[in-house]
Amino acid sequence: MMRLAKLGKPALFVLCLTPLAWLVFDLVSDNLGANPIEALVRGLGDWALRMLLAVLAITPLRQATGWGWIGRQRRMVGLFAFTYAVLHLFSYIGIDQFFDWRLIAAEIVKRRYILIGMTAFLMLAALAATSTNGSIRRLGGRRWKQLHRLVYLAAGLGVLHHLMMVKADTRLPLIEGAVLAFLLLWRAVPGLNLKARLNLKDRAPQA
Amino acid sequence: MLLRHSPDIKASEITPQRHWLNRRQFLGTGMAAVLPDFTHGAFGADEKPTPKDAVTTYNNFYELGTDKADPAQNARIFPAVKPWTVEVGGECAKGGRFDLDDLIRPHRLEERIYRMRCVEAWSMVIPWVGIPAAEVLKRFEPTSRAKFVEFTSIHDPEHLPEQRRRTLSWPYTEGLRIDEAMHPLTLLATGLYGEELPVQNGAPIRLVVPWKYGFKGAKSIVRIRFVEAMPSNSWNLLQPREYGFYANVNPAVDHPRWSQSRERRIGEFLRRPTLPFNGYADQVAHLYDGMDLRENF
Repeated sequence: MMRLAKLGKPALFVLCLTPLAWLVFDLVSDNLGANPIEALVRGLGDWALRMLLAVLAITPLRQATGWGWIGRQRRMVGLFAFTYAVLHLFSYIGIDQFFDWRLIAAEIVKRRYILIGMTAFLMLAALAATSTNGSIRRLGGRRWKQLHRLVYLAAGLGVLHHLMMVKADTRLPLIEGAVLAFLLLWRAVPGLNLKARLNLKDRAPQA
Repeated sequence: MLLRHSPDIKASEITPQRHWLNRRQFLGTGMAAVLPDFTHGAFGADEKPTPKDAVTTYNNFYELGTDKADPAQNARIFPAVKPWTVEVGGECAKGGRFDLDDLIRPHRLEERIYRMRCVEAWSMVIPWVGIPAAEVLKRFEPTSRAKFVEFTSIHDPEHLPEQRRRTLSWPYTEGLRIDEAMHPLTLLATGLYGEELPVQNGAPIRLVVPWKYGFKGAKSIVRIRFVEAMPSNSWNLLQPREYGFYANVNPAVDHPRWSQSRERRIGEFLRRPTLPFNGYADQVAHLYDGMDLRENF
């Protein structure tokens, strides 16, 4: 267990970086299909949302496994989620729409799913900006925690953003929605994680 | 000829009919038959055909999967129907069931290089091989009550697992007004890039209506019906607000979820402006005189 705790963080770091490396590799090796720009923008968006779900899975995972070390990785995985979201947005602005600011502004206002995605992005930006120890100190633990509950809302908006942009095949966003619902229920319904709480005696504060 | 009158469209659109392709020659050599006098000279510098690789690996053919890479990858599950039969009926004097061969044999295949604008705001330039739909449809002698033509795609849930899900209403149907179907630009395609139509592009016979969004081009057609009332079309049934019956390419009418003012030509980095009627306004705009195209999107 000691070894796992020690290797866990770098392993998780590499794991979180892998999808990005994969996308970049596919991009430069012309392996993203006939419409690589669309594939890149969507791929980055997919991974932003998956990383967000991964953050929310950490606490249940810690409770279920008793791995204390993984609970401390929430900040890192959260910052990865934000990084993918930044790249997703920038690829949309700078590659897909190529800095056509007028059109981009019009799209944000006109398309509800883009407005929802932007809202989720701004929430993640606020969380990333206050992710330092200094911020926790300045805001005070309780207020900081209240602010960071926004992550649940951001994840919900992310799923909605995805669901609203697909044309007909809703399978993927519905799966993401189901995963999110499960992760939220885990927190809301004591029965689901009570066993873990009783058996494993949490070593870290609850999220 | 009408087709060649295209002042504001760069030379490329329609390959003149001098590129006739003798069907016997075409089929005689079987698959991968190369057009005898395929010239590249006719294309404008900015309107060159989209590479065949992209045309045959980036497809919307939901029967074979909803990802655009799926149809090419799943092509082998497509039922090997031989001979392919097309049922023709409704308001016409000479309907019946026709082997694809019998449907095509009386006509000469020709190559047509058309822009293809997808409703998803991307586009390609595709060298189709086919027959003007009007030539085929006239043989069935549609009656005066034939106001529309309905095209139905293959329905085979046993081989096409996607048809066991309700992604779209199966079988895929599309429709055209009779004058649209009879317009000289409208093509029944049986090939592309000088070869038989690949499965993922709608083998063995599909509709191509270059001034409309790509979803109007029903693939793998098994039934053609002449009807009096406007037929339903699958995407319209799914989302009537987003996909209309007419579906004419129109940069001024947005899809509710994205702008139609520009498009990404596959293979290009910057989006380009979308042209009214996909650049075929001179040939087809008169079909819609007096119609509100915002209303009839």
